[in-house]
Amino acid sequence: MSCKQGSCGGGSCGGADRPAAEAATACHDDRDWAPASEGIVENEASRREFLCALAGCAAALAGGCSEITHTPFFQKRFRELSAEERAAFVADLEREHSARFHKPVKVGLQEAKEGVLFGYALDISRCIGCRRCVYACVDENNQSRDPQVHWIRVLEMEKEKGIDFAHANAYYEADTVPRPGHFYVPVACQQCENPPCVKSCPVGATWKEPDGIVVIDYDWCIGCRCCMSACPYGARHFNWKEPEIPEAEMNPNTHALGNRPRMKGVVEKCTFCIQRVRDGRYPACVEVCPVGARKFGNLLDPSSEVRYVLEHKRVFVLKGELNTRPKFFYFYGL
Amino acid sequence: MRTSIVSLWGLFAMLACGCQPDHGEGPLWSGGTTASPAPASDMEIEVPPPPFTEGVFPCTDCHDPEIPVNARRRAMKTAHQEIVLEHDQEHRWCLDCHSAENRDKLHLASGELVDFTESYRLCGQCHGDKYRDWRAGAHGRRSGNWDGKKTYLLCVNCHNAHAPAFRPLKPKPAPRRPQRADQPSGAPAESASQEGAHQ
Repeated sequence: MSCKQGSCGGGSCGGADRPAAEAATACHDDRDWAPASEGIVENEASRREFLCALAGCAAALAGGCSEITHTPFFQKRFRELSAEERAAFVADLEREHSARFHKPVKVGLQEAKEGVLFGYALDISRCIGCRRCVYACVDENNQSRDPQVHWIRVLEMEKEKGIDFAHANAYYEADTVPRPGHFYVPVACQQCENPPCVKSCPVGATWKEPDGIVVIDYDWCIGCRCCMSACPYGARHFNWKEPEIPEAEMNPNTHALGNRPRMKGVVEKCTFCIQRVRDGRYPACVEVCPVGARKFGNLLDPSSEVRYVLEHKRVFVLKGELNTRPKFFYFYGL
Repeated sequence: MRTSIVSLWGLFAMLACGCQPDHGEGPLWSGGTTASPAPASDMEIEVPPPPFTEGVFPCTDCHDPEIPVNARRRAMKTAHQEIVLEHDQEHRWCLDCHSAENRDKLHLASGELVDFTESYRLCGQCHGDKYRDWRAGAHGRRSGNWDGKKTYLLCVNCHNAHAPAFRPLKPKPAPRRPQRADQPSGAPAESASQEGAHQ
């Protein structure tokens, strides 16, 4: 939670720093889930007013602490921020991350484009399970190296059994892939049109953007992990510890709702590389795939690659019976 | 969809008769060290140059046009011994694709000569379904912008034309299994190594 302390101006409010996240991670520290303090169970408005007043006192006591420009603890949810507040928010993040990683870090706010609904298609007749996409994703999206967070899991399945999650193996090791008799199904966030994770979030910290990307407000996430249990694809990942990103490998091109460095105690997931695709670029996994199995584009554009796949190939979605309506499609290109 | 295909074919037809596209950006699909942009329909598309072995092109450096061509099917003795044809080798031979009249070019079944930068037209003669998918973006790898300028790889950037089957690759390391609280950090889970070993 370095970011909170960094922006508090002399640590005057360090003691009140993010009790909700502390409570959420308590189970990992093998502490009992202690009943929350009065301040947390009180209704939202009065708690907020009280804390704001407290912050005011603290600032006054600190002797005219004029450096407080952004205090995530007192910040509204991302979706409620005005344009000016968002700009101030990312400016603070940029300053903080630039200092931490010793290079200029950009935290973008690119919004969804009109008439764009992102879709993804993956050719499972081509995928060879080489996991290049997994590590390209880690590099692009600043996932924690230790503890290890992978947004893409490549499942190895047996050709005899077909798509069978019960017998799938994500931990296969081999000298060369594909291994005979096996095929590979990489699974990341399916960017559902009807996302169960969004419905399950008790605080509204995750939602579907107009271009179809399901995003997370890391500052609003309380780390309860309800979304993780609601997701039928295992696509959401929790930061059990402070994420560790080597300075040299940190990708400084980030987005406020995507690959900016996360903190301990929040959930993260694939965003179709929101920082790239909203600039018109392909996601990192598409560009790295050595067999060209990954296709990406605008579902509303009849001439896009994904639309060609949907119209000409045999396509399926994972767990279609759950009515999650994924925008991540699997197809047989052969 | 239909209009973009038609316009692409139109551009190909223009090329085939030696015309320049109206945009004057240079020839479509031209190769070279830096591929030139080729506006097709409303998108800009680049292709990288073909992956020649160093010093192998132009072929006429060695293949002197004055020397008569030996069209007999035979084992290579003085050059190109490293090429092992695994591409319908019972029926195919060098000069089915490489032109005997202009050694720096390939030729189609019709006899039309094509540059190495346009080798996809040659491949597309037999692999029409892949060619169609490649042009639409469903086969092969693209990079760049999903809504604008992008780069397609040529068939030969991924497939060795003489042995086109995709070679198996060494996979990147498996993810670490989720740690249990009672396990020391960083210790590989036992079951993971067992699973790797038994296959």
